[in-house]
Amino acid sequence: MVEQGDPGDTPMPHDVRAAEPAPLTRLHHRHLLGLQTYSAEEIHLILDTAREFRRVLDRPIRRVPTLRGITVVNLFFEPSTRTRISFELAEKRLSADTVNFSASGSSVSKGETLKDTAQNIEAMKIDMVVVRHKSPGAPHFLTRCVDAVIVNAGDGAHEHPTQALLDMLTINDHFASFEGLNIAIIGDITHSRVARSNIHGLTKLGANVTLCGPPTLLPVGIEKLGVRVTHRLDEALEGCDVAMALRIQLERQGDSLFPSLREYHDRFGITLDHLAQYPDLLVMHPGPVNRGVELASDVVDHERAIILNQVTNGVATRMAVLYLLAGIADGDAG
Amino acid sequence: MEPNDIIKAQLMDAQDLDRTLDRMARQIAELIDPDQDAARSFALIGMQTRGVYLAKRLQAKIRDVDGFDVPVGVLDATMYRDDFRLRLKQPVVRATRIPFDITERQLVLIDDVLYTGRTARSALDAIMDLGRPSAIHFLVIVDRGLREIPIRADIVGRVVPTMHGEEVRVRLREIDDREGVWLVTRGTQDDASSTNETESLHG
Repeated sequence: MVEQGDPGDTPMPHDVRAAEPAPLTRLHHRHLLGLQTYSAEEIHLILDTAREFRRVLDRPIRRVPTLRGITVVNLFFEPSTRTRISFELAEKRLSADTVNFSASGSSVSKGETLKDTAQNIEAMKIDMVVVRHKSPGAPHFLTRCVDAVIVNAGDGAHEHPTQALLDMLTINDHFASFEGLNIAIIGDITHSRVARSNIHGLTKLGANVTLCGPPTLLPVGIEKLGVRVTHRLDEALEGCDVAMALRIQLERQGDSLFPSLREYHDRFGITLDHLAQYPDLLVMHPGPVNRGVELASDVVDHERAIILNQVTNGVATRMAVLYLLAGIADGDAG
Repeated sequence: MEPNDIIKAQLMDAQDLDRTLDRMARQIAELIDPDQDAARSFALIGMQTRGVYLAKRLQAKIRDVDGFDVPVGVLDATMYRDDFRLRLKQPVVRATRIPFDITERQLVLIDDVLYTGRTARSALDAIMDLGRPSAIHFLVIVDRGLREIPIRADIVGRVVPTMHGEEVRVRLREIDDREGVWLVTRGTQDDASSTNETESLHG
């Protein structure tokens, strides 16, 4: 376990490290579309920056003037509560101006295309766009229509990079290095953008990733991403350091991908017995949790379930991403 | 030095710097109320990066000469800078570690070079967001002039009038390969050394 706390009155060990030049000082990307194209060094830079922003959140005044004058629009074509609130809070903590746009009750329901919506928003002088869309690649498409910096907040079953980054920050709080760490991702891999972003990110940082779920929820050939696949929860949890349970989308029950929620829980749900059997196992979940499906209700409330740490880290991670990308927004002004 | 630096003059050698720090330690000690516990009523705040090492050295000197035990905090004011839209890249956010309450405390803010005054301005804003100190004093090794905002230092090592395009480099043995203060001009800039670009914009 790595303690991130204050070192006392003489902060010698911490600032010696902090005073050293960071291995990488900038992102090589203008947008955050996914972790597939990000390097391990870029991910470490985001995590290191996020740790400093997290300290801002612990202060009495939880706001810094860093992004004053930058306007960010949150463009959510899919319903989202926690991701949108987390981004909104991150933007406000950085003193950016924010505009929220959600699909319901907007021009989208009147038949406007994504491109027209984006160009209209850009005409209002926006610097950054945080976008969630049901179609994979929608953020990539936006980069070709508008000049603003695009941050992917989830595109279909493709990627959800900020969720994976906050997951990695949370793991990093408990383990100093990702090298050789065993992470199991359990549940509906096929429809999960969280799983895909985590697979890309975690494997780049040197972790061993095991995917576990019923065959109907595991895409054929996913081993090519450098992961181990199993259909048995015991096999996934054996020697595992962190288990990430994914949300079962209840609305997919009609697709007959598994017989019933009860049977899913019996075979793939993490219970107190598992926590007893694997005394060092930590449990994560991107939320919202279906209690009694992915995780037994008692597991959600267990001290080794670090789900709320993930939520706190989400705001700090998004602050770091916005900060690092915003600097490149006006590159031509130099 | 930085890769493209052309040295014009050495302003201080290691011995000069040490003597200056001795004098500064005494000046700081004069500010400390002997009737109060210095560990609770006083603190040094070193600004990333070299201000941190200067603060550590001053802390040791104050302890040796006057016996006051003064804590050191580390401040990074990157989040408070005002040149956001002027930069080609984001500066790295470094650690801020102030593990004590600064409210009702006298602070000495420590930096290596005072130039435009913008870094000091951002540091003052950063400090104000952490609490309400009873007083803030500002210490620099070199005041090179060319202020753009009304900021002054209370404790100054040396005043060196300079021109734009010149740089003052304070180098410390803790992190550099040499110790002393140099006046340099920067040669042609390439992207690799643009860190200094942002530093000099800010100074």
